[in-house]
Amino acid sequence: MSRKVITLAEIRDGSLRNVSFEAIAAAKTIAQGGEVVAVLLGESAQSYANELIYYGADRVVTVENEKLNHYTSDGYGQALMAVIDSEKPEGIVFGHTALGKDLAPKLATKLNSGLVSDVVAVEEAGGNLVFTRPIYSGKAFEKKIVTDGVIFVTVRPNNIPVLERDEARSGNVTNLSANIKDLRTIVKEVVRKTAEGVDLSEAKVIVAGGRGVKSADGFKPLQELAEVLGGAVGASRGACDAGYCDYSLQIGQTGKVVTPDLYIACGISGAIQHLAGMSNSKVIVAINKDSEANIFKVADYGIVGDLFEVVPLLTEEFKKLKVRS
Amino acid sequence: MNIFVLMKRTFDTEEKIVIANGKVNEDGAEFIINPYDEYAIEEAIQVRDKHGGEITVITVGNEDAEKELRTALAMGCDKAVLINVEDDVEEQDQYTTAKIIAEYLKDKQPDLILAGNVAIDGGSGQVGPRVAELLGISYVTTITKLDIDGGKVTIVRDVEGDEEIIEASLPLLVTAQQGLNEPRYPSLPGIMKAKKKPLEELELDDLDLEEDDVEAKTKTIEVFLPPKKEAGKILQGELADQVKELVTLLRTEAKVV
Repeated sequence: MSRKVITLAEIRDGSLRNVSFEAIAAAKTIAQGGEVVAVLLGESAQSYANELIYYGADRVVTVENEKLNHYTSDGYGQALMAVIDSEKPEGIVFGHTALGKDLAPKLATKLNSGLVSDVVAVEEAGGNLVFTRPIYSGKAFEKKIVTDGVIFVTVRPNNIPVLERDEARSGNVTNLSANIKDLRTIVKEVVRKTAEGVDLSEAKVIVAGGRGVKSADGFKPLQELAEVLGGAVGASRGACDAGYCDYSLQIGQTGKVVTPDLYIACGISGAIQHLAGMSNSKVIVAINKDSEANIFKVADYGIVGDLFEVVPLLTEEFKKLKVRS
Repeated sequence: MNIFVLMKRTFDTEEKIVIANGKVNEDGAEFIINPYDEYAIEEAIQVRDKHGGEITVITVGNEDAEKELRTALAMGCDKAVLINVEDDVEEQDQYTTAKIIAEYLKDKQPDLILAGNVAIDGGSGQVGPRVAELLGISYVTTITKLDIDGGKVTIVRDVEGDEEIIEASLPLLVTAQQGLNEPRYPSLPGIMKAKKKPLEELELDDLDLEEDDVEAKTKTIEVFLPPKKEAGKILQGELADQVKELVTLLRTEAKVV
């Protein structure tokens, strides 16, 4: 059965977030041959539309309105409802991002529908669309189906493979005008606290520090390694509690759950709560002085040694590689 | 101020997950208040102590949740409500839970509703925003600071590590992010007092809801554990050589860099 599916694309720092393309790929599976329509909001929406088509969207609908330049649940909720009223989709896919997590439950409620959030895989099996999602912070997984209403899902960044980019693809881009009114919450200011560029949840490489990092300064070698690898820096709860870094970097059962291609754990003992946040990473490297540390049990590769010796050596090796290539 | 906290009873974060008969086995497991809901409870207490009013903590579950409700009362909440769905609801999803909570709250005229931003078991993060939408009030998720001055509310919201400073007004629902506060432990006098605080138990009937009204829109068809990882390779030799070997392995064997 083919379905029309809409996806919401997100712009961050002047470019489309990768999860927008992952959402299109998930939408293609849900659509089963039906049309995939990507939605983009904000005054500059038009300029990003073609990229969504190159990545597999059949069409793009924009709502260009200055009240949509910054996300609010009321503003985006009204714009999306206008799109949904005109497109009447049978499926909806958002990224499981700060925006998607905030907005999807509101819209699902407006549509009187269910919502499968934080999906890491979509498959068609026996006439059903089956969605896999982590539960207990990745200590287990569940498979879910939608039994009633619109098929509405949010997809976790970094998990659904994107379709191949193809500039030969073309599709219509249309603007829908929507009346955005009565915003009950107003964003007064955005305070940038994360480093430019790489977001922890979307990073392909994460270099994370634990108590073994010993101080805020101790994170410096980790930052240098992350920079060389084009990755992001994370932390264990221990490091956050000790005040070495901000809680926004925390990875674990409380904090962020991440699935990068490469996770380098430095001076992290590997408490079960931390493992819950990162054990589904594709490749895990552990660097720890204590050869008995729990982290070695989930690591693919381990080095028993002082992180302050190992990490700078690693950075140097990767730098050499970069120069050669 | 009329304050409500939405609380969920969850597995202790230390628990290992065991699957039996296609479900996560709960036998013998330790349960706790969902850690994010603890932040919500603490914040509710601080708001009440500053602005006056009353805190009602609500949960949807079975009678086992009485223990966590008593803990919330011992921390400082004033009243507790257990909406017991054990006999009425077979398949429950976030649609179900939100509908039940909103039905309870619809004539309570809440000024402020607090919840955790996500529960560490199901991890969907839906119930808070869904309840706000059903009640027709606004919401802000993943907050790390809350200031109330008359009807005006100033909030700091965590957005993937960055911060938004948001202005909102009451009535309002907020969901707590780590960093909002440091939840207190129940004191001994608190625990004694909690025993005498009101804990009301309701069922769907009491809310004029039928089972069909709250029927889940999604269904879990399988629960499974992630594949077990094989033991990794601990490198040997001089540290400098180990580092070189690691880089080679990451390039040629794991192919991630």
